[in-house]
This record gives sequence, C-alpha cells and structure tokens, in this order.
Amino acid sequence: MLELSWLIPTFPLLGFLLLALGRLPKKLAAIVGVGSVGVAALLTLGMALELMGLPEGERVFRQTLWQWFASDGLSVPFAFYIDALTMVMMSIITGIGFLIHLYSVGYMADDPAFARFFAYMNLFVAAMLALVMGDNLVVLYLGWEGVGLCSYLLIGFWYDNAENGYAARKAFIVTRIGDTSMALGLFLLFMHLGTLDIQQLMVNAEQAWAVGSLWPTLGAALLLGGALGKSAQLPLQTWLPDAMAGPTPISALIHAATMVTAGVYLVARTHGLFLLAPDVMFAVAVIGALTLFISGFTALTQTDIKKILAFSTMSQLGYMFLALGVGAWSAGIFHLMTHAFFKALLFLAAGSVILCMHHEQDIFKMGGLRKRLPVAFWSFMIGGLALTALPFTSGYYSKHEILLATADYERSGMLLWGVGVIAALLTGLYTFRLIFVVFFGNDTSHADESAVGLNIKLPLIVLCVLSIAGGWITLPFEEVFPQLAADHHYGLFSPINLLTTLPPIVGIGVAWYAYLAKPSISYTLARSRWGDRFKRFWFSGWGFDRLYQHVLISPFMWFTRINKADVVDSVYTLIAWIMRIVHRLLSMTQTGRVQWYAAGIALGVVVIVGLGVMQ
Amino acid sequence: MIIVVLIGLLFGGGVLAWAADRFKLADPRWVSIASLAIGLIMLLAFSLYQDAVIVIDGQQWLASVQASWIPRFGISALLAMDGLSLLMVLLTLFLGIVAVLSSWNETKHSKGFFQFNLMWVLAGVVGVFTALDLFLFFVFWEVMLIPMYFIIAIWGHEKRRYAAIKFFIFTQASGLLLLLSMVVLVYFHYQAEGFISFNYFDLLGTELPSGMGLWVMLGFFVAFVVKLPGFPVHTWLPDAHTQAPTAGSVILAGVLLKTGAYGLIRFAVPLFPEESALFAPTAMLLGVIGIIYTAAMAFAQTDVKRLIAYTSVSHMGFVLLGVYAGNATAMRGAIMTMLAHGMTSAALFAFAGAIQQRIHSRDMREMGGFWSSAPRMGAIVMFFSVAALGMPGLANFVGEFLVLLGAFQADAWLTAVAALGLILAPVYSLIVIQRIFHGKPLVERPIADFSHREVVMMGMMMLVTIWLGVYPQAALDLATQNLASLMAWVEVGAESAVLPDLAMTAGGGQ
Repeated sequence: MLELSWLIPTFPLLGFLLLALGRLPKKLAAIVGVGSVGVAALLTLGMALELMGLPEGERVFRQTLWQWFASDGLSVPFAFYIDALTMVMMSIITGIGFLIHLYSVGYMADDPAFARFFAYMNLFVAAMLALVMGDNLVVLYLGWEGVGLCSYLLIGFWYDNAENGYAARKAFIVTRIGDTSMALGLFLLFMHLGTLDIQQLMVNAEQAWAVGSLWPTLGAALLLGGALGKSAQLPLQTWLPDAMAGPTPISALIHAATMVTAGVYLVARTHGLFLLAPDVMFAVAVIGALTLFISGFTALTQTDIKKILAFSTMSQLGYMFLALGVGAWSAGIFHLMTHAFFKALLFLAAGSVILCMHHEQDIFKMGGLRKRLPVAFWSFMIGGLALTALPFTSGYYSKHEILLATADYERSGMLLWGVGVIAALLTGLYTFRLIFVVFFGNDTSHADESAVGLNIKLPLIVLCVLSIAGGWITLPFEEVFPQLAADHHYGLFSPINLLTTLPPIVGIGVAWYAYLAKPSISYTLARSRWGDRFKRFWFSGWGFDRLYQHVLISPFMWFTRINKADVVDSVYTLIAWIMRIVHRLLSMTQTGRVQWYAAGIALGVVVIVGLGVMQ
Repeated sequence: MIIVVLIGLLFGGGVLAWAADRFKLADPRWVSIASLAIGLIMLLAFSLYQDAVIVIDGQQWLASVQASWIPRFGISALLAMDGLSLLMVLLTLFLGIVAVLSSWNETKHSKGFFQFNLMWVLAGVVGVFTALDLFLFFVFWEVMLIPMYFIIAIWGHEKRRYAAIKFFIFTQASGLLLLLSMVVLVYFHYQAEGFISFNYFDLLGTELPSGMGLWVMLGFFVAFVVKLPGFPVHTWLPDAHTQAPTAGSVILAGVLLKTGAYGLIRFAVPLFPEESALFAPTAMLLGVIGIIYTAAMAFAQTDVKRLIAYTSVSHMGFVLLGVYAGNATAMRGAIMTMLAHGMTSAALFAFAGAIQQRIHSRDMREMGGFWSSAPRMGAIVMFFSVAALGMPGLANFVGEFLVLLGAFQADAWLTAVAALGLILAPVYSLIVIQRIFHGKPLVERPIADFSHREVVMMGMMMLVTIWLGVYPQAALDLATQNLASLMAWVEVGAESAVLPDLAMTAGGGQ
C-alpha cells in the first residue's frame, strides 16, 4: 500500500483546488476542507503501520512520480522518500492538521471567507507534506516555499486591515532571506557533489569531504540560513510575533506545530552533512540557546495572549536547535513532536478564550475565567504544565533529554545547559503568569463557553490527552540517526538531574507569588526605573526590529524614494537636451540673410586656405 | 513551408482585419483571433507530427525554406525553425491571441488599423524568430518596430508621443548599429572566403581580425540588449510599456523583449565565440546589476504599469546572466525564463490594462481593497505575482533556478549577489497585492470583477504557467535542440584560453 503514499499530499491539494475553483456552500466547504485532511491522516496511519511492519533495516520507501526537470548532470525527479523521520512528520502534519481543521470549522463559522480559509489551509497541508516527503532538496524547496506562501496568505487572511498585510509580507520576506541562503546552499552542494538527492548527497559528502573542511562547513551554514528563517531563530526571528495577526488556528497549525519546525526537520534530515561541519553544529547550539534565552525574557513582558505563546514557541524551537547542535537528533525531533501537541493545544485553547472574550487578546483585561471557561482552563493547565516540562507530562521527557544531552556536549556544554535551565525556569514563570492572570483573580468578564461547540472542544480534549501521554511514545529512529556517543547516566537524585527537573517548578512558584499571592511585587518591579527599562527592551524583542529598520529598511526606502525617476534615464535626457541645444544653435545660423552666408563662406575659405598654407 | 504560411497568414490577417473594418464586413478583432488561432493550431499540429529532422551544417532543424532574393549580395530568403524558434513562435501566436483579447474594448477609434498594426508586429516577430539570413532578419527587425511605434503613438495613454519617440529612437539607433555590424561581418567574411553572403551558416565561424571582432560583437550585443532590455539601456521600456495600450504592453513584454534574448542566443554569441567568451563576465555583471537595481526601482513605483515594466527588466537580467554563464543548465534556464516571463508579464499587463479601464487610473495610491469586490481578479493576480516571485511548481521558478544553478558554477560570488533578486522579488510583487487588493476599499464604487472573456484569457496563461512549472522537461528538450552548436563558444573560448598554456608546456618540454 506504500505505493499509494502520493495520495497523502494529493488529497489536500485536490481539496484546495475544489475550494478555490468551485463556489462551495459553507457546509460542503467544511466537509471538503476537513475531509481531505482527514483522509490524508487515515492514509498516513495506514502507511505508518505498514512501514513499521517492514523488517528492520528496510524501513524506507522511495517513489518517483515523474521527471521534473533535468539538465547536464542535474536530474530532479518529483520523488518521495519515506522513512521513520518522514513518517513522524507526516503523522504530526496530518494528525494535528486534522484536529485544527476540525476546530476551525467552529472557529471560523461566522467568517464570510470560510471557503477561502480552508482552501489556504488545505494547500498548506499539501505543501508541508511535500516538504517532509521530498526525496531531493528541490522537492523539499517546493514544499518549503509553498508553506511560506500559505503562511503569507493566512497571516494576511483578514486583508482589510493593512497591518495584517504588513505582518504577512514581513513573514514572507524575512523567511525568503533564509530561503535564498538555502538556495545558494543547494547550488554549492550540487556543484561539489553533483546531485541534489538528499540520501545520495549525504553519502557523497561523507566520501568527498573531511570533517571540518571548508565546503561542508559552508554548505551546512547556507542550509542553516534557511532553517533559521523558517524556524524563527536568531537573527531571522522577528517575523514570528507579527505573524500572530492571522486567525488563531493558523497560529496553532503553521506557527507552532508544523511550519516553524521545518527548519528543525531540514537540519535533522541533512544531519550527515552537519556532522561533517562541527563548527556549524556548535553555531546551531549557540543560536538555539541564545534564541530560547532572549525569547523567554520577551515572553515574560508581553500582554497579548497570542504573543506570549509566539515567543514561547520561539523559545521551544530554540531547545530543538540546541538539541540538533549537540547531536541529540532524536531528542530534537521528540521535542518537536511533544511541542506540536502542547503548543497546538495552548493556541487552540487561547483561540477559544479569544472567541469567548469577543476577540479580546490582552491578558490583563481578562481574569477569573477558570469557572466560566472550564474546558479552556483545563486545556491551558495541561498544555502549560507540558510546556513547563513538569515531570510526567510529555514536555518533560523531551526537554529533559535535550538538557541532559547538552550537559554532556564537549564544547561549553555546561554553559549551554545553564542557559537552557534558566530558560526552563523562565518558561514556568511566563506560562503560569499567563494562566494565573487569565484564569485566576477577579472575575470581571461576561465570557461564556456555551457558544463553543463540540468541534472546538473535541480537538482540545484529544490534544490534552496527547500532551500528557505523548511523552511515552518512543520514536523508532534507530535507523535514521546515529546514536549519541556518550549516553548520559545520571542517577535520579544526581545534581544535574535535579537541577534540570526543578527550575520549572521554581518558575511556577515565582509566578504564583508575583502574580497571585502578592501581585503588588510585579507591579512595583515593572514600575521601578531599571525594571521599566528592561521591560521595554524585552517587550520590543530586544530591539531587533528597530535595528533592522535602521540598518536595512530605511536605507532601502530612502534609495527607492530618491531614485524613483531612475537616475540612469537622466543620461539619455542629457543627450536629448544637448541635441536640442545644438539644434537651436545651428538653426540660429539659418537667418536667410545673404551677407551672413557670404561671410560664412569667406571664413570657410580662409580657414581651408590657412590650413593648406600651414602644411 | 509552414514558416512562410505562418508569416503570410499574419501579414494577410492584418490586411484582412483592416479591410473588414473599413468595409464593415466583420469585426476586425475576430479576424485577428481567427488568423492567430489557425496559425497556432497549425503550428501545434506541426510540432506534434513533424519528426523528420533537417540537418543543416550539423544543426538540427524542424523546417526550413530558402528562396533566392538578391543573389548579387548573397542575400536569400532563408527561413528555418528549430526547437527554440518553434517555442518562441508558439509563444508569439499564443500571446497574440491574449493581446487581442486584452484590448477587446479598449480601442475607441480606427479599430481595423489597430488590428493591422498588431498583426504586422506579430508577423515581424515570427520573421525575426525564423530568419536565418542576416539581411532578412534585419528587415523583420524593422518590420516589428514600426507598427509598434504606431500602436504606442496612436492608441497610447497621456504621454504617448514622448514614449513612442523614445522607443523608436532607442530601437532605431540600436538597429542601425546592428546593420553596421552585420555589414562589417559580411565584409570580413568576403575577404576571407571570397564571396558575399548574409547566410547565417556561412557566417558562422568567420574569423575576424583581433581587435575588430570585439567591436563587431559589441554592435550585435548592444542592439539586442537594448531590446532585451538590459541595464543600463533599459530606460525606454518603462515609458513605452506605461504609455502603450494594453495589447501593446502585452506584446512588448511578452514577445518583443524575447527577440532581444533570442538575438543574443542565436546570433551574438554563436557568431563571435571567442569574443563572447572574453566578454561574458561583463555581460553577466550587467545582468546581475539589472536584476538588483531594477527590482529596487520596481518597488519605488506608484504607477502599476511602470512597476510591472521594471520587474520585466529585472527578470531579463536573469536571462542575460543565464546566456553568458557558459553552461547548458544556465542556458536552459534562460530560455525557460523567457517563456515563463512571457506568461507572467503578459498576464500582469493585461490585468493593469483591465484595472485602468475600470477606474481610469494606473496610480496605485488611488487603489486599495479591491479584493472584496473583485475576488476573481485578486486571486488571478495573486497567482501571477506569486509566479513572478519564483514559486516552485510554476514556470518562473524552473527558469530562475536553472539560471542560478548554472551561473553558480561559473561565478559563485556574482550568483550570490544575483540571488538577492529572490529576496527583492517578493518585496515588489507583494506590494502590488497589498496596494491594489488589500486594505480598506479606497474607491467607494465597487469595481467590476473579471468578465468571462478576461477569465478565459487569464486561465489560458495560468494553465501554461502551471504546465511549464510542473512538467518543463518537454519544453526544455525542445528549446535546447541545437544547444551544442549554440554553446560552442564555451569550448572555443576555453580553447583559446588554454592554448597559450599548452604552448608554454610544450616550450618547457623542449
């Protein structure tokens, strides 16, 4: 049945075509939109079972659909490659995707552009599947650009607000910077290794290049550029908070569970290349650590419920990059999966809060919603605990694994581990700041959950279960990734283990003290001179937007403004102007007076004779 | 024979359309459409069923015809078509139909004469794509210029006379340069071989005295790059495109620019292999400057047609880069970019014309929020904008990807700079969508969505764009039928670069 795996992206693609071309009524649009992803999810499940049923060592399936394009030595087939890593990604995309589609039926019910929304969503799922299934880097790039396009379309979904359009374009252009770096990486790899087929590329790279030599370092660095853009890591992270302008299901699907993890997938997929470039791996770890640190502090100061989650996503992606950097590939993908569960849950729960609060997103305008919105509350609790990585939740297993692997890393592992642990404390703090402010304290609103239907509640419940139990899943990556050399062997009560486990709990405690027990503390701190300064600095995302505005955008705008009329054209205008002057001067000589002409002739004769004499 | 029939059909169709209007016999637009459609169907049938290959001088041709014309000067009517020509002629006929459809209600007076000019431009273009006698080529080169001048000058917009004259002077001056270079080339061929000939195959491989060759090659190069247009001789184009009526812009962007690229590929490079190899780095640099500079210029514009015009220059920069990168991959990419740009730019100009007809303005500051009243238009323009910014799965991506991949092997650093164009493409493409379709509606009165005629016209181009993006191999194979001989310059260039080395080692051995 694996031969039918091409159907998995095809169904959402057909769904897109139907929704885009036919003018379907809402009900039918919902059936097509959700159904196509549902069928893809079922097919994925079937394929996964079949793939795992194959004998060990052969759990790989390849399929070439047609020759896309070819030229001297370059052959780009439209081909799929499915192994355990692909399968995990496909399951997340179709599974979580299906739940979010179902949720959207309720969330977008009153939107006049209902069908357009589902069309974009279906196209996104198709593109994301192409991204993870691509056998060569060009098919991967097709999906890569496709999800970027859908992200753009969906961030700017409510187009009558110009700010949404700006956020959408920002997301597309910033990620395009990364994509361009990635494209150059493709060119470089092709030039030196003569193929773009991922598996062949890894084999060739290992044969042709020594560890740490120039070309693998450059190639991996260029690919990393693409990963940083898509996964909102430093320095290309600025687009993600603005991307929250899109409808909340989008934030859950694209900007939390799937698309933003594409960078993690890319690095994991090409890990053979990255292993040849230890310096780049170190850079991946450092960038991950910096991002998770910076965005943790930023999340602490945000007041918009979705922006807090956005910065938290950035921070969790930082953990994944940290894992990749230290070579803990399985742990990175494991965290990718658990994060997809609990962050999708948190976003969807946030969406239901926003819906019940009539599109209010400021957490300080909410309060005491615990009783009014029980489903949202418990979803937030469970999701929050998993995000904080409290023991026995899914997030705990994955994050713990990452931090322990980091501690073992030979290049300043303890320092990176320290950053990760501090950020884990911050995670507890900002997550429960949100929960305490929104769901505890004084009840001031008239929010009501009765308007929220089953199609919203059901996905929340399923994701709650996954957020708790997801950590017990073992991912079958023995054949995909090399095992870590140093297997950590810390006792349950060893200091490293305790120091990795406890900080989130401390964070929750601090949040409880500062936002519930004694809220005056957080107020005074935020009002104090230095507190205010830090708050503003962190709130602005550490000033990156301002920096890019001054260094890149303003000069470009300035240049285009002063040169609107194209300075090159003035050369030709000048030529035309000189011609006109000459024309005027010459026409002045044509006076019609005989004496002038005679004088001219005489002068000419004198000059010519003079020249003759001089010779 | 098919070539003569095609050209005759277009010339004749033009005359018929004029006559039909003059004597009120039929709608001239339908006469044009009919003759273009007949031509297109004939050519499609020909390309499907023609499998005999004519070999001329080691090159493979699908059709050829030769008649004596001015034997005294070695001028003959030699027309031939290989895969590249075939694709270009198909593009011309296809976009001809689009052009007629796009200007359906636009011309208010002298409708027949308008169709006459349109058809004669197209006939000239088909001639340019098939003529293999340099003199005949030049004749067609002029034939396509003059009716275009009339189209801009008579049916253009507010500054049409300025734009038409600018267009005429730029192309005419470069045409003169072309003629001069041709005559010099023929003269040197005469000196070497003892007979006068304008025949392409005779002139291939003509040895020019060193020093002279570069200048003659530059004459060809400049003439074609003005037409392409490349930086820094591009400034006629924004004016001409902006002022031309819709059909004029469609033909200019979709087809006429391709004659410049075609000239480079067919004549400038193969006729002067060594000189081209020498000049290639400069040409590539010009291409890259063009990509970046005009992309920034596009973003700055407020006139929607002007914006699209600058994006055309930017895309043609990729063609210039690809042609001179010196490998087959980049060359294939350049040809694919020509086809892809033909679709997207024609579609975007057709859209710009449609919007101008509706609100009588091209100023994007007077637009906004059109999506709510014209969703079909919005979605279609979104499609072509996304195609233009190089979305994989659509035609432009294949072209740009192959150009950059190939060029990277020739000059990695320059290609890295060219790739910045990939970042600037969404900057200018998406601002179009934002300013015209997104935001709050600025115009109180809702605008009319695309009519059936416009949807059909756009739909045809969308299908071709998708087809070329998903299955480009057929077109790529066809386009590069004579690639080996078109690319011979690389080897010749390499040989002349290597020879001194060999001489040195030989000398060292003695």
